[in-house]
Amino acid sequence: MTQPLMKGQKRLRLVMTLFLGCFVAIGVKLSTLAIYAPEPSAPARGEEVARIPRPAIVDRNGEVLATDIRIPALYADPRKIIDVDEAAELLTATLPELNSGEIRRKLNQKRAFVWLKRELTEKQRDLVHNLGIPGLYFRQEIKRIYPKGKLAAHVLGYTDVDSRGLAGIEKYLDGQGALFKASLAEPNAEKASPAQLSIDVRVQHALTDELNSAMALYKAVAAAGIVMDVHTGEVVAAVSLPDYSPNDPRDAQKPEYLNRFTGGAFELGSVVKAVTFAMALDAGTANLDTTYDVRFPISVGRSKIDDFHPERRTLTLPEVFTYSSNIGTVKMALDVGQKGHEAFLRKIGFYDKLRTEMPEAAGPILPQRFTRVSSMTVSFGHGISIEPMQFVAVAGGLINGGMMIEPTFLKRSAEDAAVFARPIISPETSEKMRYLFRLNATNGTGAKADVPGYRVGGKTGTAEKVVNGSYSGDARLNSYLAAFPMENPRYITLVLLDEPKPTPDSHGYATAGWNVVPTSGRLIARIAPILGIQPELTLAEQEKLAKEDAKEAERLALEEEKRAAAALQEASAVQGN
Amino acid sequence: MLITRIDRGLLARWWFTVDRALLSLVLLLMALGVLASMAASPPVAEHYGYDTFHFVSNQLVFMVPAVAVLFGASFLNITWVRRLSLLGYIGGCLLMVAALNFGPEIKGAHRWINVGPVNLQPSELVKPTFTLMAAWLLAERIRRPDMPGNWFAWGLYACFVTLLMLEPDFGQTVLITAVFGTMLLVSGISWKFTLCLFGAVVSGAVTAYYSLPHVASRIDRFISPDKGDTFQVDTAIQAFHNGGLYGTGPGGGLAKQILPDAHTDFIFAVVGEEFGLIACGGLVFLFGAVVLRVLARAIRETDPFIALALTGLVSIFGYQATINMMVNVSLLPAKGMTLPFISYGGSSLISMSITMGLILALARKRPDAMLPRGLTAQEVRA
Repeated sequence: MTQPLMKGQKRLRLVMTLFLGCFVAIGVKLSTLAIYAPEPSAPARGEEVARIPRPAIVDRNGEVLATDIRIPALYADPRKIIDVDEAAELLTATLPELNSGEIRRKLNQKRAFVWLKRELTEKQRDLVHNLGIPGLYFRQEIKRIYPKGKLAAHVLGYTDVDSRGLAGIEKYLDGQGALFKASLAEPNAEKASPAQLSIDVRVQHALTDELNSAMALYKAVAAAGIVMDVHTGEVVAAVSLPDYSPNDPRDAQKPEYLNRFTGGAFELGSVVKAVTFAMALDAGTANLDTTYDVRFPISVGRSKIDDFHPERRTLTLPEVFTYSSNIGTVKMALDVGQKGHEAFLRKIGFYDKLRTEMPEAAGPILPQRFTRVSSMTVSFGHGISIEPMQFVAVAGGLINGGMMIEPTFLKRSAEDAAVFARPIISPETSEKMRYLFRLNATNGTGAKADVPGYRVGGKTGTAEKVVNGSYSGDARLNSYLAAFPMENPRYITLVLLDEPKPTPDSHGYATAGWNVVPTSGRLIARIAPILGIQPELTLAEQEKLAKEDAKEAERLALEEEKRAAAALQEASAVQGN
Repeated sequence: MLITRIDRGLLARWWFTVDRALLSLVLLLMALGVLASMAASPPVAEHYGYDTFHFVSNQLVFMVPAVAVLFGASFLNITWVRRLSLLGYIGGCLLMVAALNFGPEIKGAHRWINVGPVNLQPSELVKPTFTLMAAWLLAERIRRPDMPGNWFAWGLYACFVTLLMLEPDFGQTVLITAVFGTMLLVSGISWKFTLCLFGAVVSGAVTAYYSLPHVASRIDRFISPDKGDTFQVDTAIQAFHNGGLYGTGPGGGLAKQILPDAHTDFIFAVVGEEFGLIACGGLVFLFGAVVLRVLARAIRETDPFIALALTGLVSIFGYQATINMMVNVSLLPAKGMTLPFISYGGSSLISMSITMGLILALARKRPDAMLPRGLTAQEVRA
């Protein structure tokens, strides 16, 4: 023996004994498990009710958006079926869609469980039940359905096969506990009250429809839209396209199906100028009659800041707004100074992630160090990315009298909203902002959205998308922020189109004025009557309407006369007899 | 053509020296694995929207390299075993670092690396090669006490475990610690030192319990099942009862319809339900036979390296099997550990084939290498 030997080798016997002990223990436990029934404490899950019920989701008027339905499913324990031929015959007579050969084959198997037919109607279940065949059983399967299909898909989210919410309000409900646990404690009772959203399905449908048409008309790759109540912060409609059906959410994970209203942060471009104007007006460094020299582009390092439609003259502040002058806006921000600018952005919450019920929240992206250059670019919406919902919330604050209200997807009263409200600008500044917004619709880029009677105001934005690290010349993200009625705004809307293309009548342009603005116009014309906004018509419009009314009255009177004459004739004929 | 003992070719020498009984047991386990996968995986595959026999056909495809690796490794001689294990350990660790940095995040852990269409788990390669390197270093220490081989072994252990904890992979860490501990014990460390190590492991486990919330919740659920979700374990217990002695027959099981891990961690329960206590007992017997046969061979080995390597390699196999089965029958808290050769999974199948192939290679008969039955090396020397 040349090799030195191990003194521990004998311990292998100990190792062997331990392993043997483990294997014997497994064998013994296996035998007891096979012989003795497990304690009944283990719930027979998957036996009767396959999934846990969830609360229904309804819109602000009680329209059902998501609900659980119970569907009977038929299964058999073939071992308990006495006469397979008779059973198969009766079953196929009652449920003609069943294949008799397949039923026979299934019932002849030596198994404890075979599915015969899932998703039966209540009536079919009663019929099968009354056949009285032993060995046939029903299982109540719960199915989450979204009766409105794709409508409000991104708001609702969807659930997985185990009834867990994976996105949107469905996920929020899981996190809420109380609502959801109420149904967990009593899995067979539908006790939980429905979750009522702030969404109005009629407005939601109009928004979805208009965005779909706009996407087709302007050949955009994606679109998003928001309608919010500026006094309560309630989101009345929120749409992101392309959308999926929560009934079949296979597409939902794909990046192009992103929730664009809260799940993504975007550079919104010129619409952000509204923030700069409000800041300057509120700080007192600018007034409605302040003038800005925009004759020359501003040089920043190697690049230049210039206007899209250069006026090359001195503009008043309202003109800077309506012409959307970058140079003027930059000068306005420089007057406030970078410290003040950063402080204002903090005050309106652009440094914090907006918290709504949506689990998909992108959070803002701002320059890491807020330098003078940052202040200049951010003033006209470059180098700042925010989720559209957050921008709408701030813009709502700029025009509603200066109160920033956290938006919500759940129904909320104005009193409850007042608790969340915090002042960001003075009521006077807000008044001036309303004037500027309205001016842009009457004299500026938003003319195509000035729906007669509804006093729309707004601000356009055409942001060049960042492609491979630099601004692209022809891939744009267009947006139009609008509010109505402008003298006392109730609703604010934002329409976003991703990469819209020029149309035959747009003279080769694909800027905001040619696509998102008309889309917003069509949208507001549709939703304002639904939302109960009184149209206020100009004198000419009123005269035209009055003429139409008079004509109609004349026609009605004529008809009435004729009818009376006919009746008189008939009566005299009867008398003559 | 028959091979006779006069032949001196590679194949003939292999055929007469390899442990044919052990090889048969392993091949039997692999075949049973395909059978179990056929029973357990179709509902899971349908659930994930794959073709019904997606996992079965995948398992069959993985069987080709697995068998090749098993036989290939069993042909290696001791020198090549050492060389390849050194290469495997270093390469495997580098791949683990790569997985940490570039690998996809699956269920919160960076354990995988994408090579074309295949997902590889590099830690599966490091397990057997680490065991071999540690066995060699510990054996060198015995052969030449002036060389601090054991410290190098500790170094390799620390390196591997650090990578595992970074992934994080708590289960594999426990497994490797148990394997290394067994090898240290067999290499002849003092009982006092053994006790100290045991204490360190216990305190490590306690630290893990208090610092890693998911570990704590698993143990809590095992100790008091009425709290929290014990769905998988409850279903497994019901499955064993439902199966009884003879089982419900192939396709008759219910548990596989609702267990998310029916084809991997809880395949033993599916086998119990569909094929009954007799089949499960048979499986336990097969695993026991493999482990005890290899350990019995290690006792009679004169070369410390081979004795330690056999102990370590078969411990990987044995611990994994016992832990998995004990979780299934609720003797241990739920822990993601696959049942060697039976659970679905390409990386684990290949890794186990490498391990068993190396065991076959090391356990081959060599002249003067084995002691008479019933005696240990020390007893012969005495």
